Amino acid sequence: MRLRAMNDTAHTPPPRAIEAQGLARSFGGRRALAGVDLGVGHGECLTVFGPNGAGKTTLIKLLATLCRPSAGRAWVDGMDIRSQSVEVRRRLGVVTHSTYLYNELTVSENLRFYGRMYRIPDMEQRIREVVSQVRLESRIHDRVGTLSHGMQKRVSIARAVLHNPSILLLDEPESGLDLHAALMMRDILDTMNSGDRTVVMTTHNMERGLAIADHVAILHRGRIVYHAPKREIEVSGFQGIYSQHTS
Amino acid sequence: MIGDRNPAEDRCPPPGGKSVLWNNALLGLGLALMITALYLVFMYVPTEKTMGDVQRIFYFHVPLAWVAFLAFFVVFICSILYLWKRDAKWDIFARASVEVGVIFTTLVLITGPIWAKAVWGVWWTWDARLTATLVLWIIYIAYMLVRRYTSDEARGARFAAVVGIVGFIDVPIVFLAIQLWRTQHPGALVFEGGLAAPMLLTLMVSIAAFTVLYIILTARSVTLKNLEEAVRRLKGSQ
Amino acid sequence: MRETFISIFAIFWKDILSGLRTKEILTSVLVFGLLVLVIFNFAFEPGAGIRESVAPGILWVALVFAGVLGLNRTFDPEKENSCIEGLMLCPVERHVIYWGKLASSLTFMLMVAVIITPIFLALFDLPLFLPRLALIIALASLGFSAIGSLFSALSVGTRARDLLLPILFLPVAVPIIIAAVESTGLILEGRPWGDMWTWLQIMIAFDIIFLVISTLVFEFVVEE
Repeated sequence: MRLRAMNDTAHTPPPRAIEAQGLARSFGGRRALAGVDLGVGHGECLTVFGPNGAGKTTLIKLLATLCRPSAGRAWVDGMDIRSQSVEVRRRLGVVTHSTYLYNELTVSENLRFYGRMYRIPDMEQRIREVVSQVRLESRIHDRVGTLSHGMQKRVSIARAVLHNPSILLLDEPESGLDLHAALMMRDILDTMNSGDRTVVMTTHNMERGLAIADHVAILHRGRIVYHAPKREIEVSGFQGIYSQHTS
Repeated sequence: MIGDRNPAEDRCPPPGGKSVLWNNALLGLGLALMITALYLVFMYVPTEKTMGDVQRIFYFHVPLAWVAFLAFFVVFICSILYLWKRDAKWDIFARASVEVGVIFTTLVLITGPIWAKAVWGVWWTWDARLTATLVLWIIYIAYMLVRRYTSDEARGARFAAVVGIVGFIDVPIVFLAIQLWRTQHPGALVFEGGLAAPMLLTLMVSIAAFTVLYIILTARSVTLKNLEEAVRRLKGSQ
Repeated sequence: MRETFISIFAIFWKDILSGLRTKEILTSVLVFGLLVLVIFNFAFEPGAGIRESVAPGILWVALVFAGVLGLNRTFDPEKENSCIEGLMLCPVERHVIYWGKLASSLTFMLMVAVIITPIFLALFDLPLFLPRLALIIALASLGFSAIGSLFSALSVGTRARDLLLPILFLPVAVPIIIAAVESTGLILEGRPWGDMWTWLQIMIAFDIIFLVISTLVFEFVVEE
């Protein structure tokens, strides 16, 4: 470390994948986020736990530039979410509780639409690729409205990774799925999470969240009350840590 | 919370000091102007030749209309500032101005027909100015309804600001279109004659009086809203 | 620039596709428009003179009310599954979304006008071939869509969409309505272009002004 510092005096380190300082957001009188500082390195996975209403979805929405922060700043891949939001969105893939799919359009039509919006080269081939990754080749020409909830979520994941984003934001990706669909989702996310993608995931599933995380944070009442690298955490004792910080 | 801006508290200084002085001065000025205006309207200015005493309503109707448009202009500016700066104080200012503006616009729409009925025998003449005021009134109402029917307050404020901007730019076009329409379909004439000196004086004083009244009412409304906001914050943080 | 156009077209095409699948919106708006024509016809005393002078008004009342009905639905597809968020996640400026929706709502409005207007002309025994009327309808529809798409996005974010859209839209649309009715009347009387030039100016000015303003303020309407 010291050697590097001596040699790299003029070199500023490249920006981390996600950086947030004092991020806050209020809705009317209610503070959803009250000053969050965050940093996620490239290729790392941060899992955020927290009770309902802690601000997890708000955090994801702020990073996704879906809403503006009331205070604070954040950068995605070095891009400011306020002033360079278009560039930020180009690098993001977002999966939330909503599928962002048009029920009247088929799977391929939906993906073609997003493909055009994200300006994907070789669109048809890429669409076939992601559809086979989520194992829905047989339903590619069916209207989204005719698919089961679990299948719709899988298409939504395909939509999210269509443009090969370097950063994934997942807001409780397994919520509302039955066991079988959840297991399939798990496999799909594992293949898509490979290697150099940065991931921020919020979840209630403690076992799952800990399994894929490099860093773990707990959000409570709009603040980060706990933040540690996974290797320092005793998995079996985490339930206790969680209860302790969210009481 | 540490480092948290609490603009509502900043804007509610304890009573006493400079703000009270200004308030009283404004109140005094308003009172003086209004008394002067009333004297001028009812005692000083001579009775108009063709329309008789009922014409005196003109000295209320025109200032009210002027203030209604002034209020809407203030809403327009505050809406732009709010969307640009996102500071709640511009939104509060806009809300206060809208409330006062709606009242004054309603009065315009009442005094206008009263005057028209007394002079021309019809309640409504589709005159360009009055009709444009009616459209303005409806847009004001829409502004308030949009706020009322939006669940999230900040979002409602943004929606209302958009309405305030679009509405203000629209009203002159409405006026122009109706005026043009009227030249194709002429109806009852509007009082267009020149104003003799005493009438002009009375009108100017009356406009000044109502403008100060607007400022007083809007300032009071802003203070009240700031207090409400402060109370809400105190309640919410418990 | 080309990129922006591709995005606008993508949104437009998606709306056309889903619109073609759910034909009931188009048919219900058409039926409503025709009903307005028929009912207004009965609302006025039969008599050739009066008929002709109110004919332009009747046409535009039908088109405006049908237009409001259609505009109400502009952002409906985006409510389902929170697709509006999906649009906002795309790497485009917010006003691109506005322009895409403008394109599809304008197309919808023109389709309705293309069907209702000839029926209107036939019902009122007026000549069917009036190319100048097409220009008026195009300019007016552009103005309606310009503010309608903005207010549709706005009212969808409130609890009372069906109430607020007409209240917002109609007062602001007054200049266009007046201009459209007046120029239609002049066209039916066979007057030359020069007579209606001022009305055309008002419509063109309105269209340009409100296209620009809506483009500028749209981001504040969709933002959460």
